[in-house]
Amino acid sequence: MTPEDNKYAKSHEYVHVEGEIGTIGITDYAQKELGDVVFVELPQVGTQLEAADELGSIESVKAVSELFAPVSGEVVEINETLAEKPELVNTDPYGDGWMIRVRLSDPTELDDLMNAEEYEEYCETESH
Amino acid sequence: MADAALKKTPLNEVERELGGKMVDFGGWELPVQYSGILEEHQAVREHAGLFDVSHMGELAVKGPDALPLLQRATCNDVAKLEDGRAQYNGLLYPTAGFVDDIWVGRRAENDYILVVNASNVDKDFAWIADLAKGLDVEVRNVSDDYVLLALQGPEAQRVLQTMTDADLPALKYYRFTPATTDGAAGMISRSGYTGEDGFEIFLPPADGPRVMRKLVGAGVKPCGLGARDTLRLEARMALYGNDIDQTTTPLEADLGTIVKLEKGEFMGRDVLQRERAEGPKRKLVGFEMVDRGIARHGYPVVDGTEEIGVVTSGTHSPTLKKPIGLAYLPLGKSAPGTEFMVLIRGKETRARVVPTPFYKRPKS
Repeated sequence: MTPEDNKYAKSHEYVHVEGEIGTIGITDYAQKELGDVVFVELPQVGTQLEAADELGSIESVKAVSELFAPVSGEVVEINETLAEKPELVNTDPYGDGWMIRVRLSDPTELDDLMNAEEYEEYCETESH
Repeated sequence: MADAALKKTPLNEVERELGGKMVDFGGWELPVQYSGILEEHQAVREHAGLFDVSHMGELAVKGPDALPLLQRATCNDVAKLEDGRAQYNGLLYPTAGFVDDIWVGRRAENDYILVVNASNVDKDFAWIADLAKGLDVEVRNVSDDYVLLALQGPEAQRVLQTMTDADLPALKYYRFTPATTDGAAGMISRSGYTGEDGFEIFLPPADGPRVMRKLVGAGVKPCGLGARDTLRLEARMALYGNDIDQTTTPLEADLGTIVKLEKGEFMGRDVLQRERAEGPKRKLVGFEMVDRGIARHGYPVVDGTEEIGVVTSGTHSPTLKKPIGLAYLPLGKSAPGTEFMVLIRGKETRARVVPTPFYKRPKS
């Protein structure tokens, strides 16, 4: 199930907003497409990201994929646990497999992202 | 995902039933994975896994001039083969570059079967047929006659023996025998592409799905192309199109054991003779990463601003739990321990030459 309280980017990242902080990761659809994740490269705390900037990369056994920022903001926290347990991206993408937290600089950007229902439809069309 | 233009093996339906994630692999629709690459990889290392390799081609070479033809076309010594024995071999151009890397088995005197890479079947057939002109030999593409299943892993023999009349313990590595498997007449070869003990089972296409279901029912894990790639790379087995191709020679690829200069004239022999005397200019070596990251196929190896080599294969090794790969390096920089730089998405990243294979199975 795609969580209703997130917003979704076409590049398959989600952002979960609480107050001015957005938690970013990749979706369940994305982790399934990637397969076993073995290495996640994340930006440093303090990095200023613009929406659609490449924020890092994710290596699965079979391929590498870029990660893009769904929203603009300053990186305030990264998920250090992923260095030791990158498989959390597969097993719990919306929970313990989160990647970074940003302080949103322009919350109106959230309006450009998809809601859960729109994102599910988008994945349907992508897989055909 | 269904694509009518893609070729399908006779096992396609079973693979979908078993949850295979189907992809386009050089024009063939095949599963890249079922439950996950890491899990499938581990199953082959510790128990047994099953791969559909029916997309690979088979060529039959038959007639009084079969041996002279194969001796001329390849670099290994086909004359060494006896009935029921097989060898890894290189089909070479006059430049000593690979037309393909192949498995050659002798069924009987003047009767050979070649197993060739899927993407090279037509090219290999045309090449060998051309060399056969004027000789008393028939070359046939018999790829559609077989389903080919690779059953690999320490438990492969135990599982397969319950279904076949072949005496598997007596079948040594790189030998093959006619065999009836679950009532289907075919052949079994002790060989594979994983670094584990295992078998390749040739079956009539109609019997393939039943035998596959039965093996999976016996507890063998169905495995996809993803695990096949990580397994073969750990065992340092070359992948045509990645590690070797028409521009690379067997000596550059460190496959000197299949180069038999003493057997007489063959395609590319003069080039290989020179390389053996002077050393090849570059060598395919195994490496590990010193810095973080995975160096993958096509990433350049650099020395300052100069590109001095290239990564041909790279992945995360599920057994060693770290990134590994193969790269062509100048001969002078190919000794184990030598550090070099790979450009990973534009960033210089340190790697180190290591001895191969990365993984060697424990002797039983």
